[in-house]
Amino acid sequence: MRVREGSRIDAERVVRFSLNGKAVVGRKGDTLASALLANDQRLMGRSFKYHRPRGVVTAGSEEPNALFEIGTGAGQVPNVRGTVQEIFDGMVARSQNCWPSLERDALAINDLMSRFLSAGFYYKTFMWPQAFWEKLYEPIIRRAAGLGALSGDEPVGDFDKAWAHCDLLIIGGGPAGLMAALTAGRTGQRVLIADEDVRLGGRLDAESFELGGMASTDWAREAAAELDSLPNVRVMTRTTVTGAYDGRTFGAYERVSEHLASPPAGAPVGTFWRIVADRTLLAGGAHERMIAFPDNDRPGIMQASAVRSYLHRYGVAPGRKVAVFTNNDDGWRTVDDLQAAGVEVSALIDTRPDVEPGRDVRTVTGAQVVATRGRLGLESLDISKPGGGRQFISADCLAVSGGWNPSVHLTCHMNGRPIWRDDIAAFVPKPGAVPGLEAIGAANGAFSTHEALRAGADAAGGGEIPAAEDAPVNVTPFWHVTGVKGRQWLDLQNDVTVKDIKLAHQENFRSVEHMKRYTTLGMATDQGKLSNMGGLAVMAELTGQPIPSVGTTTFRPPYTPIPVAALAGRAHRAHFAPDRYTPSHQLSEERGASYVEAGLWHRAAWFPQGNETTWKQSADREVGWVRGAVGVCDVTTLGKIDVQGPGARDLLDLLYTGKMSTLKEGRVRYGLMLREDGFVMDDGTCARLGPDHYVITTTTAAAGEVMAYMDFCAQVLKPDLPVRFISTTEQWAQFAVAGPQSRALLEGLLDQGLNDDVLPFMGYLPVQIGDVAGRLFRISFSGELAYELAVPTRYGDALIRVLEDRAKALGGGLYGMEALNILRIEKGFITHSEIHGRVTADDIGFGRMVSPAKDCIGKVMSQRPGLHGAERQQLVGLRAKDGALKAGAHIFGQGKRASAENDQGYITSACTSPTLGHLALAFVVNGRARHGEQVVAHDGLHGTDIACEIVDPVFMDPDGEKMRG
Amino acid sequence: MGYSGFKVFWEGLRGNTGWKPVWRDPAPKPHYDVIIIGGGGHGLTTAYYLAKNHGITNVAVLERGYLGGGNVGRNTTIVRANYLLPGNSEFYSHSLKLWEGMEQELNYNTMMSQRGVLNLAHSDGQMDAFARRGNQMLIQGDDAELLDADGVRAHAPFLNFKSQRFPIRGGLLHRRGGTARHDAVAWGYARGADRMGVDLIQNCEVTGFRIENGKVRGVETSRGYIGAGKVGMAVAGRTGQVAAMAGLRLPIESHVLQAFVSEGLKPIIPGVVTFGMGHFYISQSDKGGLVFGGDLDFYNSYAARGNLPMLEHVMEAGMAMVPMIGNARMLRGWGGIMDMSMDGSPIIDRTPIDGLFLNGGWCYGGFKATPGSGWCFAHLLATGEYHKAATRFRLNRFETGHVLDEEGTGARPNKH
Amino acid sequence: MRIECPQCGARDVREFTYLGAAVLADRPDADATTEAWQDYVHLRDNPAGPHDELWHHAMGCSAWLRVRRNTLTHEILTVTMAQEDRT
Repeated sequence: MRVREGSRIDAERVVRFSLNGKAVVGRKGDTLASALLANDQRLMGRSFKYHRPRGVVTAGSEEPNALFEIGTGAGQVPNVRGTVQEIFDGMVARSQNCWPSLERDALAINDLMSRFLSAGFYYKTFMWPQAFWEKLYEPIIRRAAGLGALSGDEPVGDFDKAWAHCDLLIIGGGPAGLMAALTAGRTGQRVLIADEDVRLGGRLDAESFELGGMASTDWAREAAAELDSLPNVRVMTRTTVTGAYDGRTFGAYERVSEHLASPPAGAPVGTFWRIVADRTLLAGGAHERMIAFPDNDRPGIMQASAVRSYLHRYGVAPGRKVAVFTNNDDGWRTVDDLQAAGVEVSALIDTRPDVEPGRDVRTVTGAQVVATRGRLGLESLDISKPGGGRQFISADCLAVSGGWNPSVHLTCHMNGRPIWRDDIAAFVPKPGAVPGLEAIGAANGAFSTHEALRAGADAAGGGEIPAAEDAPVNVTPFWHVTGVKGRQWLDLQNDVTVKDIKLAHQENFRSVEHMKRYTTLGMATDQGKLSNMGGLAVMAELTGQPIPSVGTTTFRPPYTPIPVAALAGRAHRAHFAPDRYTPSHQLSEERGASYVEAGLWHRAAWFPQGNETTWKQSADREVGWVRGAVGVCDVTTLGKIDVQGPGARDLLDLLYTGKMSTLKEGRVRYGLMLREDGFVMDDGTCARLGPDHYVITTTTAAAGEVMAYMDFCAQVLKPDLPVRFISTTEQWAQFAVAGPQSRALLEGLLDQGLNDDVLPFMGYLPVQIGDVAGRLFRISFSGELAYELAVPTRYGDALIRVLEDRAKALGGGLYGMEALNILRIEKGFITHSEIHGRVTADDIGFGRMVSPAKDCIGKVMSQRPGLHGAERQQLVGLRAKDGALKAGAHIFGQGKRASAENDQGYITSACTSPTLGHLALAFVVNGRARHGEQVVAHDGLHGTDIACEIVDPVFMDPDGEKMRG
Repeated sequence: MGYSGFKVFWEGLRGNTGWKPVWRDPAPKPHYDVIIIGGGGHGLTTAYYLAKNHGITNVAVLERGYLGGGNVGRNTTIVRANYLLPGNSEFYSHSLKLWEGMEQELNYNTMMSQRGVLNLAHSDGQMDAFARRGNQMLIQGDDAELLDADGVRAHAPFLNFKSQRFPIRGGLLHRRGGTARHDAVAWGYARGADRMGVDLIQNCEVTGFRIENGKVRGVETSRGYIGAGKVGMAVAGRTGQVAAMAGLRLPIESHVLQAFVSEGLKPIIPGVVTFGMGHFYISQSDKGGLVFGGDLDFYNSYAARGNLPMLEHVMEAGMAMVPMIGNARMLRGWGGIMDMSMDGSPIIDRTPIDGLFLNGGWCYGGFKATPGSGWCFAHLLATGEYHKAATRFRLNRFETGHVLDEEGTGARPNKH
Repeated sequence: MRIECPQCGARDVREFTYLGAAVLADRPDADATTEAWQDYVHLRDNPAGPHDELWHHAMGCSAWLRVRRNTLTHEILTVTMAQEDRT
């Protein structure tokens, strides 16, 4: 019921939205919860386990009950707190976890069976028969699980991620935070003040305090205005600081347009911030505790502070007849504020026997609430009086104040444990728990407005503060009612009762972690903000220990849940990872290429022509060009590293198994690199361009790894070597020109002869292509007479077009990765399919490449016995007559069962060569000694067994006559 | 006390007043035949199988904190047997079989749920690697199916099949894989071990070893000296620290692995899906929370908490592959300390100290290994022989070169 | 976590890649004992507390750094170039 103006409400602005299909009218400034309360709707949700009717309990982000699905279609967002969601015109809200309706929920039957569904009951049943778990029991449990539902579609709208840096981060804009921000802001510090609420003020606009001679809410407005005027202060509202991380870095989520019907152009739905702060003040306030009593979960029973928040902020009285139940002086103010607004207060019930509230209201001290009534909302309650006897009290709202819990959460994110303070019966932050962070005000257990202001000013350098109330809270701990029947709820969302804690104790789940995990206390969406203390207190009673000895569970980030989409920002869909395109990409597009992803690169896989409908038809044609005429292929993606300086030789000798220092200028050598543990890391070529100048290539996959490792070797292992190197992968476009006509092609292009005297096999030649200086290497990955021609990348597109034209004229053309793969398998050349990190130089037949004359990375460890010998699997070729071989098939002896004991090896690469038939490269135990043996390639996944023969891995031109041309 | 649906019903009628403690809280005895250090999953299963399989019940499990408080209490609950290399393959195969009968064995519902584990592939190379792995699984006697893109779509239609940086080419489906209720596994084995007479001693931190003439005699603890015939360490995450008290230096680094859970949601993801290119995996618990995780934070850590870069990366990968989770909210993240070994595979072996045995180096494979690890470690402790499913988890394999490097990344613990 | 790169200033950890314990800087000679090599390649102190380790400013200046960091708290104690001030 709206009873007066609220400080946040624009009474003139009507906002229309719907809940469960019914139109609801609120006012601009309302939250969903305040709008519903204004419309006298107390029932706002159903609990998780028993589907009990539940109403709103809080006025903040810690709300466990009033959760809704907001939006429709792909925009549907589940588990939205009605206490946080601001209403907007056209907003669509739905109740969740209820069927067929919020008022009549079929699964409320669970509540009738609750005696059989006590804490952890599911661990003790659903075990027989074994097969029924997946088939029957679990599907039923899963159907009942969860709260709200995902739409199944990608979210609507974008989310951003951003960085912010400041001298002083202030978390929370209540009296402590505001005072600190003003004090620091006036001194010129770079201040960032973040508050999860829609504006600064905190409880200053939820109470009827005076501050500096004016209403506290007005003072807050003035303070906020001053902060807005300071250029060195950044105010971030609707921004929850969610986590404390190392390096004085904080995570924060800003709700940029969740409260708007549609985001302004270009604005995200929300932004996830990483804030780096030299110093941080945690001024996050405190959460009011509930008290457990029988049926304390009925809609209408809520925090006393929330009742005051709704009254002052939204002008809403959560009931027409309100009773107050408190164990501290703070609760009394609820009576004053309600009465001042003309709301009937039916009783003030104080658990403390010896207090004199002095309010003009029916007051019962030393009393407890022992029963409540009302199916979908509170109607009345019974209290027990000191010395016995019950009283009936009529109330549709009960404001409960069980004392305050400082919001210690962020101070626990780096494993700090909070400290118990008996005087306020609460945990406070451990100083220094988060480096650079200090808790102030209510977050530090200083509950009065005066204390908060003082702490804020002092933490920011000191200064004057305005006059404010300084009333003590005077809390006497009271956790739950004893000696009465009925379920007393602790965790309102997960339906955990005092009795569940007792059962955990009875079954010896007494450690605080066992208690939590067994009963699910504190595991709901509020992460125990409302429930944990009650549970700890009950366990403390049962075990006869003080509360701090029971301990606390760990608060972990985030402080409030963050949309997954916000944490992802824009780095998803096509932007999950960068795309890398080759210099020939434009031409490949024009030629209709299909692509294969190689790391981040998109490489042309084949270029279809004419009537070709499968990749194999195109690839076979391209293979034919290379074997019969000439083919051109973009190999730019191979890592290229330019190494210069007098120390280049020594560095490369250390890196490669072979001796690169003896390589002659103008020559190229194949090189193998090991990891320090002796296994093969990568292979490639090493060309010597000058006395102190080398260019090496790596595989596409290992380019980054090799570069970083070279940095390590040069900076850490050999810091005195005079050598410098850079990656030039992206600076040089490089194309393979392969086939018997490759020399003719290049001679035409370069207008010079290229016979063996000019450029022998494994030679390097600087060339001019018109005005462009290029590099020509005579190397082959196909087994044919072949070259690789490199030019600065900006000429790559022009060059590949020229090369293609000239290849066409000679009866060839472009070839892609599929053809390249067939060509290299035919020749027995390896890729990372073979050197997959578990093979040795010896396994691939390159044992002799480890130079005995020098040290190199991995040399010593490569001599371990396990890296040699006949029991290892060695690289072989396989040839089949009937049926294509497939990579991943395992090798068995003929007639042997396909079992783990009989496993002889596996195929790494396979192809059907247009000329040589079904081929594969494989690792087979002692394979080099088994050439000629008939084996079976067993592929259980595809249900095939292909007979094949172990052969040399080089299927064609074993002596390399073609390459040497 | 036996558990059953009838018992739950009967106790419900009696106000649940008859339930007994699941385990005792015994004071430590002066001497045990076997002491297991670590009351996590592996320690508890080891004690259970020592008693059950070998009749050795004069056993104590010493736990520094609370039972099940190690990585068994902070993981993403995935159970699978989809390993590539002989050595690992037979071990996880053995372990999966134990999972399949666990509820009946323990009379405790650990909610082992075989809803399948699907690994996504995005390139021919990955499909080839999965083919090799899948065939290894079949050869081992486990299940595997290689799916093409349509097969993946049929199994997991909620994945992103459009506008995706790494298009889905196929996947390897392991139908017998799934998830289990992690805490219940610890509690079920603890209850079983306790009922056979094993002493489970909580809040008892081992502070040193008493070693005489190269043989272990017992352990110093926060509750005094306790003698032992044999001592087994099952303290993954802290193995380096505990072993150091015995003067051992190990091929292990401790790293932090984060995991995350969303708010409760109506069921929408049936099994486990892994997106290897993005180091991301996801499942949904029976309670409704989406459980997801990614890679290590990459630096040595004992802090049991991580930082934002990996968290953000996991969410990016999750949004890329399962876009619908964008509207879910991350509720909680946590970190577990992993024993990252130098080859990514575990160690179940003797140590150079007579009577002192080591179970560790589980990297992030520890949860699925829980029953198999206890079974094989108990076998070694009881018989002095390596169990046939765990013959290659030797401590000296790094010296000899007989490493088990599933990822092929070498002696880089943070890359496994 | 933020690392103060001696060349670039304090940067978020996501700019850096981690190698491992700083003992990796002390590579044995080729003729060192098997034990020395086994120690270098495989065995680690793995302390819970201050730890000397090697980081690479891979997304920055490419410097290899020697970082002393507490593995219990992640507090970074010192950062130097990997081979600075070493004999």
